[in-house]
Amino acid sequence: MTPGAPAPTAAAIERVFREQYGRAVAVLVRIFGDIDVAEEAVQDAFVAAVQRWPSEGLPPSPAGWIITTARNRAIDHLRREASRADRHAQAALLHAQREPAQESAVGDDRLRLIFTCCHPALGAPAQVALTLRLLGGLTTAEIARAFLIPEPTMAQRLVRAKGKIRDAGIPYRVPGAADLPARLRGVLAVVYLIFNEGYSASAGERLIRAELCGEAIRLGRLLAELLPGEEEVLGLLALMLLAEARRPARTTPDGELVRLADQDRSRWDRALIAEGQAIVRECLRRGRPGPYQIQAAIQAVHCDAPAAHATDWRQILLLYDQLLALAPSPVAALNRAVAVAEVEGPAAALALVDALALDGYYLFHAIRADLLRRLGRTAEAGLAYDAAIASAGNAAERAFLRRRRQELGGG
Amino acid sequence: MKQYLLSIYQPDGDPPPPEFLEPVMRDVEALNQELKAAGAWVFAGGLHPPSTATVVRFRGGDALTTDGPFAEGKEHIGGFCIIKAPDLDAALEWGRKLARATTLPVEVRPFQGEVAE
Repeated sequence: MTPGAPAPTAAAIERVFREQYGRAVAVLVRIFGDIDVAEEAVQDAFVAAVQRWPSEGLPPSPAGWIITTARNRAIDHLRREASRADRHAQAALLHAQREPAQESAVGDDRLRLIFTCCHPALGAPAQVALTLRLLGGLTTAEIARAFLIPEPTMAQRLVRAKGKIRDAGIPYRVPGAADLPARLRGVLAVVYLIFNEGYSASAGERLIRAELCGEAIRLGRLLAELLPGEEEVLGLLALMLLAEARRPARTTPDGELVRLADQDRSRWDRALIAEGQAIVRECLRRGRPGPYQIQAAIQAVHCDAPAAHATDWRQILLLYDQLLALAPSPVAALNRAVAVAEVEGPAAALALVDALALDGYYLFHAIRADLLRRLGRTAEAGLAYDAAIASAGNAAERAFLRRRRQELGGG
Repeated sequence: MKQYLLSIYQPDGDPPPPEFLEPVMRDVEALNQELKAAGAWVFAGGLHPPSTATVVRFRGGDALTTDGPFAEGKEHIGGFCIIKAPDLDAALEWGRKLARATTLPVEVRPFQGEVAE
C-alpha cells in the first residue's frame, strides 16, 4: 500500500465516482464522440477502482485516474469490437485518435455536455433526466424516484434521448455568440426546473427531493464557474441559495407547509444567505439585470428582515415592477399583488389579482382567499380556499390550505 | 456529413392566393440557390395536393391500390428538401430559413447513415 494514501472504503469510492462522474463523462464524450461509450467506460473504471483502490490507496488525482483508466479500457473494448467489423466501434475509435486524451480544459467539456443535454431539440423531461444522469451522476433509479415515475419509463426516456443525440447529430459544442443567450436560457430553465421539483414540498421522498435541490445548486455553481461573465447564471445561483437557506424552516416535522411570515427565522441557514446576498450585491454592481437576478434580489430582501413585520415591502414592490417590465408573466403579477397588499392594503391587491387569468393555479386561489379573509369577506374566502385545495399539487399544500380554511371560522 | 429531410407541413384546403404565394416561391427559390452555393443542397421539390395521392400495399399476396393519402390529417407534406449538414444545429439553421421562407412549420429529420463531404 502507498504510504500516506489511506485505503478508501467502498462507500468512499462510490462517493468519489459520484462527484467526478460528470467531469469524467464529459471528457470521454469528447474523446469518443459517443455518450454510451463514455458511460460504459466510466462504469468500467469504477469496477477497476473497487478492485484496486482498497489495496493501492486513493490515487493522487482520482479524476485523472478515472479518466485515464476509462479511456484505456474503452479503447481496448472498442478495438475488440472494431476487429469484428462493428462500424459503430470503428467510428468511436477513429474519433478517439483525433482527440487529445488529456482533460486539457475539463470545464469546457462539461459546458459542452450541459448544452448537449439541454438542447432544445430534446423535450424538457428528457433534458432534465439527461442532465441529472450525465452531469449529476444520479442513477436512473434515483431520477425515476425523484420524479415519481416507474424506473423502466425513465430508462426508456434516457435511451430515447441519447438515441436522438446520436442519430439526429445533436452537436457536442458550446453554442456560438449568436445562439448563446437563447441556449443559455434553456440550460438555466432546466437547472431551475430541477431545483423547483426538489423544492415543492412533498410528504414522501423528502430525501431524494433535497438531493435534487442540492444537485441544482451544484449545477448552478458549475455554470457560474464556467460562465463567470453571465449575470443571469449568478442570479439563478443566488435565487436557489436564498430559497435553499429557508428550507429547514419551510415545513413542520410532519411535512406541513409553513408560510414565510410564520417561519422560525432562526432556522434559516445564515451561511447560504450570506453567500446568496453577496452574489446579489455583485449582480447589482454589474448593473445588467435579468429576471433571475431580480427574483434573487427579492429573496435577498426577504432574508434581510429579522422578522416578517420588518420586511421592506416597498423595496420588494419596486423589484416586482422591474421584473414585470423585463419579463411580464401572470405568475409574477400575482406575486407582485402580494407585495401590493402589504404596501397599499388588501383591497388594492384583490383588484389586481381578480384581473389575472390564473384559474388553474392553486396559489392564485390561495392568495385570493387570504386577501378576502383580510377584507372580512369570510364566505368568499372559504370558497376561494376550496378552489385552492382542489387545484393544489401535493398533500403538504392541501393540509396547509385546509388548516387556513378552518381558521377562517364561521365558514 | 449527415443528410436531413426537411418536410414542409401545410394545412389542408385551398392553396393561398397568388399574391401571397408569389413572394413565398421567390424566397424558396432564393433559399435553394443559397443551399446550392453552400454545397448543402441534395434535392428539393414541391408536391401536388394529397387528393392526387394513391396508396399501394401488399395484402395476402395481392397488390391493393387505393385512392387517397395514406394518413388523413389537418396537415400534409406540401414539399420537402434534402440537405447535407455536419450536425443538427446546422440542419436546424437551414430548417429555420425554410420555415421563414415558406411561412410554414418544417420538420427536420435525420437520414440513417453518413455521406461523404
